Amino acid sequence: MSADVARVAFPADWRVRAGWLALAAYIVYATSLLEFTYARFMVGLGNGARFIARMLPPNFERWETLLKGLTESVEIAILASALGIVISLPIGLLAARNLMPPWVTWPTRLLIALCRSFHPVIVAIVFVKAIGFGALSGIAALTVASIGFAGKLFAEAIEEISLKQVEAVRATGASFMNVIFYGVLPQVFGRFLGFSTYQLDSNLRNSTMVGIVGAGGIGGALFAAFQRFDYDFVCAMLLSIILLIFAGEIIANKVRAIFVERTRVDEE
Amino acid sequence: MNAATLEEKVWRRFTPAQRLARFAVYLGLVTAIVVSIQTIEVIPEFLLDAPEQMADLLRRMWPVAFSYYPKGVHEALIETLHIATLGTIISVVIAFPIGLAAAHNIVPNRLLNHIARLLLVSSRSVNSLVWALLFVAVFGPGALAGTLAIAFRSVGFVGKLVGEAVEEANRGTIEALEASGAPWLSALTFGYWPQIQPAFWSVVLFRWDINVRESAVLGLVGAGGIGMALDTAMNLFQWDRVAMVLLAIFTVVIVAEIVVTAIRQRIL
Repeated sequence: MSADVARVAFPADWRVRAGWLALAAYIVYATSLLEFTYARFMVGLGNGARFIARMLPPNFERWETLLKGLTESVEIAILASALGIVISLPIGLLAARNLMPPWVTWPTRLLIALCRSFHPVIVAIVFVKAIGFGALSGIAALTVASIGFAGKLFAEAIEEISLKQVEAVRATGASFMNVIFYGVLPQVFGRFLGFSTYQLDSNLRNSTMVGIVGAGGIGGALFAAFQRFDYDFVCAMLLSIILLIFAGEIIANKVRAIFVERTRVDEE
Repeated sequence: MNAATLEEKVWRRFTPAQRLARFAVYLGLVTAIVVSIQTIEVIPEFLLDAPEQMADLLRRMWPVAFSYYPKGVHEALIETLHIATLGTIISVVIAFPIGLAAAHNIVPNRLLNHIARLLLVSSRSVNSLVWALLFVAVFGPGALAGTLAIAFRSVGFVGKLVGEAVEEANRGTIEALEASGAPWLSALTFGYWPQIQPAFWSVVLFRWDINVRESAVLGLVGAGGIGMALDTAMNLFQWDRVAMVLLAIFTVVIVAEIVVTAIRQRIL
């Protein structure tokens, strides 16, 4: 480069500009397709104001219904997490490509992908048809969701372990189960625990929703109140759900803090 | 140190307090599971004929009504993708300023940081289905409600991660820019932005992947997309069409995941 050419510190990149232009074009196209109009937006704002006015103050008169729904949601979340994690452990092992042959990992990975690709509420619909209305369908649906997420994370954690320890245990003539228990699991225990608390947290969120399709928990009461335009009760329920989720997050963080020391082991 | 005291010492991995805390967690966990099992309402009759009902359901789903795809599914599927994409874009636009306001190295004001964090947390603790119910009540049924639901649910996620990325940014570049007299906005675009860019794209892609999954259920509460087709087919007990919709959702979710993984590998 010759010295007399003026250098621009941050030259414009035409590819980046073209990208922004494409993005703008897409936004215009998609908004027109989905019928977003200014008039509709303004009408909506008026509706929104009325809606909020009807929500306030929250109505806690039917606190018994509310409490019953919340308790059921918590129970669904706990049982689904416990069941889901217990099932995910062997599934995660079977899906780990460094321990299992391809003809085992592929079907297992497909199963995990299948469990993960549907939203828990959609899975709940299928179970409501098969098992009937009630908490059991919710537990089944969230168990499937837990297998999808925890199974995948467990498999990834196991794939990242150091094989030196596994080889050392194997060299002593340990059986397959012993290799798993003494060579593999100690390396991933901390991370498993982290994933499990995360899963409990996520199940708690979803267990308040599966009731929308009849699978138990507070979601049913919430949806019914929405349809009856019972907005002050809706507000009470939403506030309780948010509080519950906050509490769940705090407990999950506390539990993680208690066990956090162990996670350092597998970071080398 | 003499030999006698050394022998008396027993090496323990954890302090008594740590052991007590762990024991408390285990005890709490077992109690929660036992109490949940005992109090949850399960109807045994429903459980007994579950395998039969499940088989019946699968039989009704087969053969999958592929002929239904062009007239009933395709358009809804495209709408779902638009809801997810547009929702993600809107959420980024809203989340960026809030995320910056939450980062204490950009906005050195504790109060503003806390307000921004509160906004992000409240966005995250309301489920996208609840956001959808709220927006359906405000804007009426349709894709607008769904898009806004996706956007408002994602703001917390994107904003939190953008804020964290900004807080972790290296001071060196920014100090150099400030020393050269760069105004605040230039420091942001040329100092922070290049540093957080990889994290930012990764977060956006990840969230888009989640949003594709979530937008598939929004139709159940009337917020547009493929969930509407699912709801209609289910209410009419057309299980072969339900199977078609589920297959379409599964395919899109898997394709989205593959696309996201491929892009992440190329840009990161």
